[in-house]
Amino acid sequence: MSGRPAETACRGPSGLVRLAPDAPDLAVAGVGKSFGTVRVLHDITFTAASGEFVTLLGPSGCGKTTLLRIIAGLERADEGEVTLCGRVITALPANQRPINTVFQNYALFPHLNVHENVAFGLRSRRFPCDQVDRRVGQALAMLQMEPLARRYPHQLSGGQKQRVALARALVNEPELLLLDEPMSALDAKLRAEVQLELRRLQRRLGKTFLLVTHDQDEAMTVSDRVIVMRDGAIEQTGTPAEVYERPVSRFVAEFLGSANLITAVRQNGCMQTAVGRLVPGRMPDWTQGTLAIRPERILVRRQRPAANAVAGQVREVVYRGDHVDLFVEPGPLRVRSAPTTDLHVGRHVWLELRPEHLVALRD
Amino acid sequence: MVARHEKAVRRGLLIWYGQLTTSRRLALRGAALAAVPGAWLLVFLIMPLTAMVAVAFAGRGSYGEVVWTLSTGNFRRLAGFGVLGWSADYLLILGRSCWVALVTTVLSLLLAYPLAFFIAARPRRTRYLWLAAVIIPFCTNLVVRTYAWMLLLSSQSPLARLAAAVGLTDPGSALYPSRAAVYVGMVGSFLPFAVLPLYTSVERLDWSVVEAAQDLYASRLRVFLQAILPQTLPGLTVALILTFIPAMGAFVVPDLLGGARYMLVGNLIQQQFGSSRDWPFGAAVSLGLMLLTLAGLFILRRRGTAGGAA
Repeated sequence: MSGRPAETACRGPSGLVRLAPDAPDLAVAGVGKSFGTVRVLHDITFTAASGEFVTLLGPSGCGKTTLLRIIAGLERADEGEVTLCGRVITALPANQRPINTVFQNYALFPHLNVHENVAFGLRSRRFPCDQVDRRVGQALAMLQMEPLARRYPHQLSGGQKQRVALARALVNEPELLLLDEPMSALDAKLRAEVQLELRRLQRRLGKTFLLVTHDQDEAMTVSDRVIVMRDGAIEQTGTPAEVYERPVSRFVAEFLGSANLITAVRQNGCMQTAVGRLVPGRMPDWTQGTLAIRPERILVRRQRPAANAVAGQVREVVYRGDHVDLFVEPGPLRVRSAPTTDLHVGRHVWLELRPEHLVALRD
Repeated sequence: MVARHEKAVRRGLLIWYGQLTTSRRLALRGAALAAVPGAWLLVFLIMPLTAMVAVAFAGRGSYGEVVWTLSTGNFRRLAGFGVLGWSADYLLILGRSCWVALVTTVLSLLLAYPLAFFIAARPRRTRYLWLAAVIIPFCTNLVVRTYAWMLLLSSQSPLARLAAAVGLTDPGSALYPSRAAVYVGMVGSFLPFAVLPLYTSVERLDWSVVEAAQDLYASRLRVFLQAILPQTLPGLTVALILTFIPAMGAFVVPDLLGGARYMLVGNLIQQQFGSSRDWPFGAAVSLGLMLLTLAGLFILRRRGTAGGAA
């Protein structure tokens, strides 16, 4: 179960062979889906490269789970194509795709013990018994579930069930692993641990993972690339840093973390706003729009900074332990600052909004 | 204050659902509540059973009255040791009853499964109509229903004419009395018993497990056997019990649709308490049937707890 080199990575039970060594593992092109009169997915196009951890991030109802199910083969797309390792799999039934899924409620077989659950896929493919036992043993060892091999699902905790579901999927060495909000049933502390473990596991195996979640923390922790979805369409794709630092729209800016949204009017080569004259890192095409800057990127200065200066007065101070949230008029601008003692309500401050962190949104 | 509390504890007081009472009064109240169903069981189950067991060991007088001697003659006769040497007649009847019950159960389940899935797949509004359609036969008398079957299978009916036209039977003959007619009537009368428990299991099926099986390369048959069937097992077990046990003792349907030649144990027992006037033998056969059924249930339970998950 060690990571395999890219050229031999594409051999699933249907014998898929990678047509081009640098072709993306997964390519989704123009996928659309409606349930009755409701249009759930519009023209979805993206790729996932080999060994990449891609996350579909979005609020409930944005279509991300439907998209995942279309890739898994549990739903049929109305339009578009899904390609795996260069081969079109859109019409293939789920049990012929070299893709495995970890379900949100784990969907373990209640009448089988852990060992048999994990062995299910291998047995379906008629692997010889000794191979099955060996592989199942390896998978359980990798997820530290060996001592529980004879237990039944109803005797396991949520975290343990999740590991079994993971082992059950990974033991088949799929080309692509799909995860449907796998942490939603875990408590917050366990979730944080499992997120890191999942990321390490993926790095170790070198497999392509596609995760669906509405938790932006999770997306940032585990992913190599985040695809932000909204109302059945892709809003933005990029690395967690790109999507966080340079959101393209209000939605993305507000969905990931918090953002200060400043309405601006373009005038003489700079932006006129309610908080003053600002120059963003990159000038946009529009004459009227929104600028965004993250609270932690606004710097509190003792003297007036050279550029992009805002004179403000502290209206509210919220102590958060490792940082302090300040609400500064005009705006109000939300500023994150180190917990120094001299920032109190009513104090006049200078804020610097550095151009490289001031982003012009498209809407 | 403390002294009063100690006195209370010493008197064995306790609080039960907000009421202050003693454990003794509680026990009495429990006994009183249990007395009513207990009396019911005593009068309607234990007393008749005891009477039956007692009569089974009695003998038959020349005019059909019960002669209170202790003998195992009836059981020997049931086992085949009759006046003219050993004959397997009665054992054959027992065996045939088991077989008919088994076939009825299997056929009922084969029909009930697709029906249960079909009803469960209906939208909420029409679902109850379908369930009502299954339950309505319940509300009609079994004898009346069986007579209806007799009409449907009589020589003038379209069904009989169709069978004659295809060549299955001679023209002008009725489709009953016959073995097939018995099966048809039995399955018809037991189908609601099979469908309803299965339906409740199917309705609460976890389809994500089915999807997981598909995701894990299972063929359709494997998906059914490993993802669907195990989840319906509770309903299946109930359906099995509710069909098999009554089918073992059925006598109305085999009597009307099977005629005198096709005798099942139910008919045999009925005969002993009717025209043959041999109550002790009838009681012995009833006891035999009961033991056989209990044995079957026992085997079923053993298989269930040993083979399946906890």
